[in-house]
Amino acid sequence: MFDIIDNILQYPFITRALIVGVFVSFCAALLGVSLVLKRYSMIGDGLSHVGFSALSIAVAMNWAPIIISIPVIILTAILLLHFSEKNKISGDAAIALISTSSLALGIIAVSITSGINVDVFNYMFGSILAISQSDLILSIVISTIVLILFIISYNKIFAITFDENFALAIGINVKFYKMLLAILTGIMIVVGMKIMGALLMSSLIIFPTLSSTRVCKQFKSVAINSAIISIMSFIIGLIFSYFCSTPTGATVVVVDLLIFIIYSLIGVFKQKV
Amino acid sequence: MTLIKCNNVTLGYSSNVIVKDFSLTLSSGDYLCILGENGSGKSTLLKGLLGLKSPLKGNISFVGLKQNEIGYLPQRINIQKDFPASVYEIVLSGCLGCLGVLSFYGKQQKKIALENMELLGIRNLQNKSFRELSGGQQQRVLLARALCATKKILILDEPCAGLDPIVAKNLYKIIKKINTDKNIAIIMVSHDIGSAISDSNMIIHMQEDKPMFFKTPQEYCESLIGKRFLGGI
Ligand SMILES: Nc1ncnc2c1ncn2[C@@H]1O[C@H](COP(=O)(O)OP(=O)(O)OP(=O)(O)O)[C@@H](O)[C@H]1O
Ligand SMILES: [Mg+2]
Repeated sequence: MFDIIDNILQYPFITRALIVGVFVSFCAALLGVSLVLKRYSMIGDGLSHVGFSALSIAVAMNWAPIIISIPVIILTAILLLHFSEKNKISGDAAIALISTSSLALGIIAVSITSGINVDVFNYMFGSILAISQSDLILSIVISTIVLILFIISYNKIFAITFDENFALAIGINVKFYKMLLAILTGIMIVVGMKIMGALLMSSLIIFPTLSSTRVCKQFKSVAINSAIISIMSFIIGLIFSYFCSTPTGATVVVVDLLIFIIYSLIGVFKQKV
Repeated sequence: MTLIKCNNVTLGYSSNVIVKDFSLTLSSGDYLCILGENGSGKSTLLKGLLGLKSPLKGNISFVGLKQNEIGYLPQRINIQKDFPASVYEIVLSGCLGCLGVLSFYGKQQKKIALENMELLGIRNLQNKSFRELSGGQQQRVLLARALCATKKILILDEPCAGLDPIVAKNLYKIIKKINTDKNIAIIMVSHDIGSAISDSNMIIHMQEDKPMFFKTPQEYCESLIGKRFLGGI
């Protein structure tokens, strides 16, 4: 096992990908706990599509991708949150509408200018080759901020996720924390997109929590378990993709799926006993 | 000390008026019971008083009261069936209101949570998952959470729905004791007229056009609507 890791880490680009991936999967899993349990999974998905189009338009126009897409994604996060609060059913539809429309705009912008070039392709499906030194620093900085904010507000996030009306009644600033959650998710998605791909990024948010809720009975254990699952499946996925020459993002998602199946089986088994 | 003041408040959903032209002053130590038929607007009124729902007309103001001094038991909560949360986690979350930006629980909060679980007889359930409890047990967990949040006022929406008669009776006793011993104001929606009349010091009867306010339970018993509700004529 250590030989394999040693072998892989000879390549600096893989080391970078490993570090970025571990940080991103860790934070995405933490944010995902609240998003999934609050039935906001669609927001994660919508954000990643919008993030993709912002990135591809920026690439097409020769603008700095991250600097354009982070403000765009923050605005979208606020918008999507607003929609999903207004009305559950049409909120869902509105999110789907926004994500597909933005995808369409992104594709048109790309095809008019550069065509589907390597950069755009990478943002779509992810690539570990594309991770630069500055991506590495950015992802560490942002992940650290997310982690600190999450730990500080953990108990409030629990209260809001469990029962929003009660949280409001006892004077918690629910709006602020939900906004914070949506914005952090958006930023996390932009950071993780390069490695996972826009179309696969939301699985990093959704899968770990979904797997953990099969077996865990406490909110805290779900959070811890999700973080561990997420990091493990990224590392396993990366190793596999190195040896089997498969795309990293897709491989990580498949590992996540396998873990979900295993956890579901354990959950069913535990209920029977 | 006055806690909540309502002046000519009208509450409703968009254009659909539910509670019309309603005034009330609530002081510490008051015990207000809200009675009325299903759909008459009792829960809506509570949400207005809590500030969860802004009035269509008029204004509701907190006088000697801050939002984080209120304990609240909702009638029902919208959570996913398989939400993972332990009883202890939920009860403890009632203490959050008094914590600042750094919301970590201290010894004080843990003590309050344990005391309230003891009070409601759910201490033995503390590590159980909320989703695996019976309806009545869940109700008691949410009550314990509400008690943790209570500093000056406790707002309860049908606290005894789904509780067995012994637990319910015990609970009314606990609520009355909190009311008198700690001088905490109570607002309670209830269908249990007996306890409402014996414990409260004022009653609101909700009905379609306008809520009717009674200064004392006796006054309510002697009114036409009270007689109807009491006797079921
Ligand atoms: N979210 C909502 N949107 C629109 N109308 C609502 C909403 N919630 C309640 N209503 C309406 O407001 C009226 C009062 O509802 P409310 O829940 O306050 O009644 P209630 O007195 O608490 O009834 P119950 O005894 O069944 O709890 C009802 O006619 C109901 O249809
Ligand atoms: Mg009600």
